[in-house]
Amino acid sequence: MSEISSEQIKEYVLRLADDAVVQGHRLSEWCSHGPFLEEDLALTNVALDFIGRARMFYAYAAKLADDGSTEDSFAYTRDCREFTNLLIHELPRGDFAFTCVRQYLVDEYSLRFMEELCNSEDPTLAAIAAKAIKESRYHLRRSRDWMLRLGDGTAESNRRMQEALNELWGYTHELFEADRFELSLANAGVAVDPSLLRNEWLTAVSTTCEEATLSLPTENWSVRGGREGIHTEHLGHLLSDLQFLQRAYPGLEW
Amino acid sequence: MSEQHEQIFQNRIDAEEKIEPKDWMPEAYRRNLIRQISQHAHSEVIGMQPEGNWITRAPTLHRKAILLAKVQDEGGHGLYLYSAAETLGISREELIDALHEGRAKYASIFNYPAITWADIGAIGWLVDGAAIVNQVSLQRTSYGPYARGMVRICKEESFHQRQGYHIMMTLARGSADQKHMAQDALNRFWWPALMMFGPHDSESAHSAQSMKWKVKRQTNDELRQKFVDQSVAQAEEIGLTIPDPDLIWNEKRGHYDFGEIDWDEFAQVIAGNGPCNRQRLTHHRRAHEDGAWVREAMVSYQKKVQQRREAA
Ligand SMILES: [Fe+2]
Ligand SMILES: [Fe+2]
Repeated sequence: MSEISSEQIKEYVLRLADDAVVQGHRLSEWCSHGPFLEEDLALTNVALDFIGRARMFYAYAAKLADDGSTEDSFAYTRDCREFTNLLIHELPRGDFAFTCVRQYLVDEYSLRFMEELCNSEDPTLAAIAAKAIKESRYHLRRSRDWMLRLGDGTAESNRRMQEALNELWGYTHELFEADRFELSLANAGVAVDPSLLRNEWLTAVSTTCEEATLSLPTENWSVRGGREGIHTEHLGHLLSDLQFLQRAYPGLEW
Repeated sequence: MSEQHEQIFQNRIDAEEKIEPKDWMPEAYRRNLIRQISQHAHSEVIGMQPEGNWITRAPTLHRKAILLAKVQDEGGHGLYLYSAAETLGISREELIDALHEGRAKYASIFNYPAITWADIGAIGWLVDGAAIVNQVSLQRTSYGPYARGMVRICKEESFHQRQGYHIMMTLARGSADQKHMAQDALNRFWWPALMMFGPHDSESAHSAQSMKWKVKRQTNDELRQKFVDQSVAQAEEIGLTIPDPDLIWNEKRGHYDFGEIDWDEFAQVIAGNGPCNRQRLTHHRRAHEDGAWVREAMVSYQKKVQQRREAA
């Protein structure tokens, strides 16, 4: 781990922080829009977990940067090109089916990812991951339940879930692609090599889809670019909400 | 016979006994409670909207997390209260239908828009502040499930008020723009907050009977006075001015005197003509309708699971 600089770790941590903050933001948009009150509250719970996760990662990045950066300066003053989240997180929340399928695909990934990150030689990353694992287990139990209930519910719910799955599929490939930078950190025992998670993820997703009477998309399209800051058009709008106050009244305490 | 029942009932109330769901109660008591608890439940739920309006735009991640948790609490309060109402023999669906059809009310305060971040501060400080004054009093209400619900809810409310007040304090001590934002929010929310306690006792349709049954323990005017008295010092503490030229300490009463509420505005908002009445109901109705397919799918899935279990 010695040849890895704290600047490099910071870059890596920011990727994970951006993933979490964007996912949490999309979930938080559901507040008061849920299909019934209990689910409204449950979605908020998951949103809170992701925002909490983002804050831990950002706080660690700020410590590593050691230049006056804070969790909020990372979240609120960087532009689209500097955000390095995976694209799947930033897609608009869509209908409840879209939100459920996305959450499920992300949870299956997140849980495995955090289990690996738990073994990081970087103790702070390992500690954050350990906390995240517990949350992700609960998230996955919930989102997998929704896959079954809505996939195997009514004809309409099945149609909506299948459509969502088809729309999301092309964004899942990116989850498992590591660039050279991530690979070098993985080789040094700091980061997770996500390509190693793919087989297990695919097996789990296939099993769930089968049980949920959904068919796994076979089309070969894919979109990527999040880690290089090449985003969908949606992220800018998300940031214009998220960052509005900090942009309109810069540099103040809130 | 029923007269005798009513006397026994009133004796129990007078002896500060709690009335429980299985106990005999006058039909009017039951209806009165359903009206009040349902109004309270709907207020918690509709109140999620103005604050929800700022969740995606909260200025820091910490504020965002606090606000999310706060709004989530309010939804939880709605749940307890719907359950309390259900013990009186009415279902949540019926209550929500009544809301959507305009037969049930919710607190008029939520028909005002939350247009700046400072409004989130003002809502927490004043609206939750007013709610606490009301709910602390209701911890002693005569209906057991309602009283116990209030005890639970009050525990969370003080955190709500503190987070709102802290937002206001931070703004009031911030830049000129921020201070202006805070004062503006106070100006807009002060009078609607006072209206939350309802009409004067002399005008209140349900007050006298509610007091006799101890559904309400203190009158609208008593509670409003308590709220004014506590808020004046809080405003002073952070250098904000309560927008009432008639506000003055009355040594003899040991309370603040304050100006008259614009009761025409109150009547207008109650009648559905506030700035956000239509928006709030449309929002709630739409979320409910958009969720219909989800609720149907759950029922259908549940049936399938059961059938499979029986077949196995
Ligand atoms: Fe509440
Ligand atoms: Fe509250």
